[in-house]
Amino acid sequence: MSKILNVDQLGKTYSSGSKKLKVLDAISFEIEQGDTFAIVGPSGSGKTTLLGLCAGLDKPDSGYIELCGTRINELSEDQRALLRNREVGFIFQDFQLLPTLTALENVSVPLELQGVKDASKQAMELLKKVGLADRSHHYPSQLSGGEQQRVALARAFSNRPSILFADEPTGNLDEETGEKVVKLLFELNKEAGTTLVIVTHDLDLAQRTQHILRLKGGKITTNKSTVTS
Amino acid sequence: MKNQQIASSMAGTDWLFKMAWRDGKASGGRLVLFMASIILGITALVSIQSFSDNLKENIRLQSKSLMGADFIIDSRQLPNEKVQGIMDSLGGAEGMEVNFASMAAFPKNEGSKLVRVRGLEGNFPLYGDLETEPADAATSYISKGGALVDATVMLQFELQVGDTIKIGNASLPIAGTLISAPGNSAFASSVAPPVIVPYSLIDQTGLLQVGSRLDYNYYFVAPPDMDLDALDKELDPILDAENADLDTHTSGSRQLGRNYGNVGRFLNLVAFIALLLGCVGIASSVQIYIKEKLRSVAVLKCMGASRKQTFLIYLIQIGSMGFLGGVIGTIGGILLQLTFPGILQEFLPFEVQLSLSIQPIIMGLLLGVLMSVLFALLPLISTWYVSPLQVLRIQETPEERPRKARALVFIAILIFVFLFSLWLLEDLSYATGFVISIAVTFSILAGVATLFMKGIKRFFPAKWSFTSRQSLLNLFRPNNQTMVLLIAIGVGAFLISTLYFTKDMLLAMAQLDSSTNSPNIILLDVQSEQNGEVAESITHKGLPVLDNIPIVTMRMHTIKGRDANELRQDTTLTMNKWVLNHEFRVTYRDTLISSETLTEGEWIPEIPKEGPIPISIADNIARDAELAVGDTVIFNVQGVLMETVIGNIRAVDWARMQPNFNVVFPTGVLENAPQFQVITTNAPNAEASARLQRELVQKFPNISVLDLRQIVTLIENILDKIAWVINFMAFFSILTGIIVLIGAVRTSKYQRIKESVLLRTLGATSRQILQITALEYFYLGLLGSGIGIILSLISSQLLASFVFKAPFVPSLVPFLVLLPGVTLLVLLIGLGNSRSVLNSSPLEVLRKEGL
Repeated sequence: MSKILNVDQLGKTYSSGSKKLKVLDAISFEIEQGDTFAIVGPSGSGKTTLLGLCAGLDKPDSGYIELCGTRINELSEDQRALLRNREVGFIFQDFQLLPTLTALENVSVPLELQGVKDASKQAMELLKKVGLADRSHHYPSQLSGGEQQRVALARAFSNRPSILFADEPTGNLDEETGEKVVKLLFELNKEAGTTLVIVTHDLDLAQRTQHILRLKGGKITTNKSTVTS
Repeated sequence: MKNQQIASSMAGTDWLFKMAWRDGKASGGRLVLFMASIILGITALVSIQSFSDNLKENIRLQSKSLMGADFIIDSRQLPNEKVQGIMDSLGGAEGMEVNFASMAAFPKNEGSKLVRVRGLEGNFPLYGDLETEPADAATSYISKGGALVDATVMLQFELQVGDTIKIGNASLPIAGTLISAPGNSAFASSVAPPVIVPYSLIDQTGLLQVGSRLDYNYYFVAPPDMDLDALDKELDPILDAENADLDTHTSGSRQLGRNYGNVGRFLNLVAFIALLLGCVGIASSVQIYIKEKLRSVAVLKCMGASRKQTFLIYLIQIGSMGFLGGVIGTIGGILLQLTFPGILQEFLPFEVQLSLSIQPIIMGLLLGVLMSVLFALLPLISTWYVSPLQVLRIQETPEERPRKARALVFIAILIFVFLFSLWLLEDLSYATGFVISIAVTFSILAGVATLFMKGIKRFFPAKWSFTSRQSLLNLFRPNNQTMVLLIAIGVGAFLISTLYFTKDMLLAMAQLDSSTNSPNIILLDVQSEQNGEVAESITHKGLPVLDNIPIVTMRMHTIKGRDANELRQDTTLTMNKWVLNHEFRVTYRDTLISSETLTEGEWIPEIPKEGPIPISIADNIARDAELAVGDTVIFNVQGVLMETVIGNIRAVDWARMQPNFNVVFPTGVLENAPQFQVITTNAPNAEASARLQRELVQKFPNISVLDLRQIVTLIENILDKIAWVINFMAFFSILTGIIVLIGAVRTSKYQRIKESVLLRTLGATSRQILQITALEYFYLGLLGSGIGIILSLISSQLLASFVFKAPFVPSLVPFLVLLPGVTLLVLLIGLGNSRSVLNSSPLEVLRKEGL
């Protein structure tokens, strides 16, 4: 199995007022293609920052990230955007659907960015898979939290990403709805064969993945497999 | 394994338009308001530009009928041999005219009025018509030996066809009402309305005397292939030397076009200010709009959209709205200009035929797109710098837009405003002045508004009631548009107040001194032999003779040793050539008068025993003729050459309503020269003035009487009409400010709803919420209009002190009408658009917000 994500000596510092905050310090790890991976840690441990850097949403201050065989450090913002469109899917804690687009249009966007001709048709197929085909013309404000996250799931898989990043996917959902969404996430992931990286503080959710990376104070404390031989 | 077809390139332009449409239709109301901000300004600009173009075209097409001929040769005296020879070589004049100002008396009701007598002969007009009532009077007046009297005079004195008009010694029947005739100018007709009589009857009037200001016009038809501009160029210098002049219908119409063009340019500037205000409103609204879109931009970038794509989506939205605004504004402008002929009828010499003019239409459409994009660019570029990280919960220092990008946008805006002003004004220095004035005015308004806001924050009235304090605080709420609203309302109030203050200043300057020692009646063309009798007639009525001024006519023969003819031929001459062709009306005295101040040299009251005659010249003559103290001028005093030297230079207050002179001789020189008098007196009221005029017209029909009170009333009327037109345009600024206000209210609607709901949840009554909302708009209206009016007061005072050099007594209209009016308007609009804020159910809102 090839490596889909390779992180080496990653460091990131943010400015907060006049202070500099070292959020990540010498982070190194690898993810194999097709694996499911959880990043856990207390609030302020740097897990969301790590996810953002791995997804190419920002550049590290030190170290490098290799995603799908490409060193992200050397790419411009637009090149990273192109890489994201082709290889990466996202799921966010607060859904982050475009409020002025319908459910169908939201799911179509990644496909349309790729220039796919029958984007709407493919998007509708995905909405069917998440059980929201009859809500395709509804706006996010007309959907419940769970429904919005399901639309976000459909969107995340629409461009058939090689790797999918999920940031606290159940953080804004009640337990029952969250469980449904997680079940759907793993089903779709298994079907698509996508590498899945989840940031969460929910250890039960983390246990459902194959590897757990623990962060504290910007450093890795443990990186172990959950699969028992 | 991916098996879908991925296009070799990313999503194309059609996707951008698709996204712009999808996102835009959900925000339709907001975008429509952006568009509305610029519609009024474009409407005003297109209407004025379109009407100006139509006017210029009408003048060009009707130039022949405006003049009544292809070209005219005119002179202040009967043509000499040389001029006659030139006229003969051109085929001879088809028609001729002598015209002069004179008093006309109406025996029917003992009325009298200053009129312009036009004695016509031959074929006139060669183009256009004499429009009369009855229609056949235009030709029959000659055979009937009658007069055609201007319609306003007929109305004023309740005259009918058949009544008598007495001009000089001639009593003529009125053959018809003169409605319009070529060669009549609107302003001149207001002062001295025209009366047309056959040229053959002019001698009968006995009015062609020494000192009479006569104009002889000879009307020509040009052969079809004649180059009139070449003719003008060839003959004008020759004719100038013989104290004559050539005017072609094209040069005449160009001058007329320039005059109206200047007015149009001024009105265009006022309309452009309204447009700029609208654009400031757009900039502010788009800022808030884009701020709300930044999260979506970050999401799109996560999905893989490039910076260029996200920028272009919103650029397309703004550009489309700008284009739509341009279309609606252009249509509005074309329709608005249909009302102009009716509104401006009194100022126009003919009926304007309107047609569609392409250039203003293109201008309107382009302006809509360009200005909305330009002013929205600053907030739009923030989409470029949005990091996709914003979709995650990472708190970092917000990305600052590079100063370079902001500076470039500001410069682009300034350059565009400058270039457009230059196109409108066609003059580099005026355009520069306008841009600087706009920048300074907006900056001062913004600065004063900022100071006010800071002042309110610093000296916050903690002891005021809750509702008053809360409404003040609302002015500072996040995403407030207080600054933009204050500027928009302030500029409109500033423009209109300045108009009132300036108009009053101009009127005050034209006002007559009410003391009995100041003249309010001037008698012109009093012959020397009539002097004593006229003075007696005045004193017999119990009125004083205030001035008895001798007038001698003369022309400049040589200047600083160079002959006037030689100077006329000199193409390198820098002096203003009008002094070479002008017949000066000169007086002589031994003292300065109250309107004069010596600036250079020494006042010499009497001719010295030897040497050239030391004369006094006005500073404008010194400037135009490039003369200084000590320079010599030889005058031709009706055939006698007199050598003079510039003894001193005077500053003259020409605005004073009294006889003022360019050239003054000392006593002891011109006493025996052929001359006539100007006598002034003061009549305490209109009846005394009318009585004096009646007697003078009967006894001395050659004397013209100027009642300065009537002139002042005329000036007042004209200024009122001009002010009305400018007010109309300036009001567009106020209206634009109102639209910006509506936009601001709508933009902050949800925020206000939340605030209102929270307050009600905490126990505030509906009445209190209403009070808070009402007071907020009251403060906005009061502050905005107040700042504008105060700034106008200061700038008007500066104008009075440094430009007009006149006292300044501010009009009360801005304080009593504009200030409360605008405040009330803002209040009503604010409340009207806040109904949903006041009526929202708290529970519904709280559920929606997930609180």
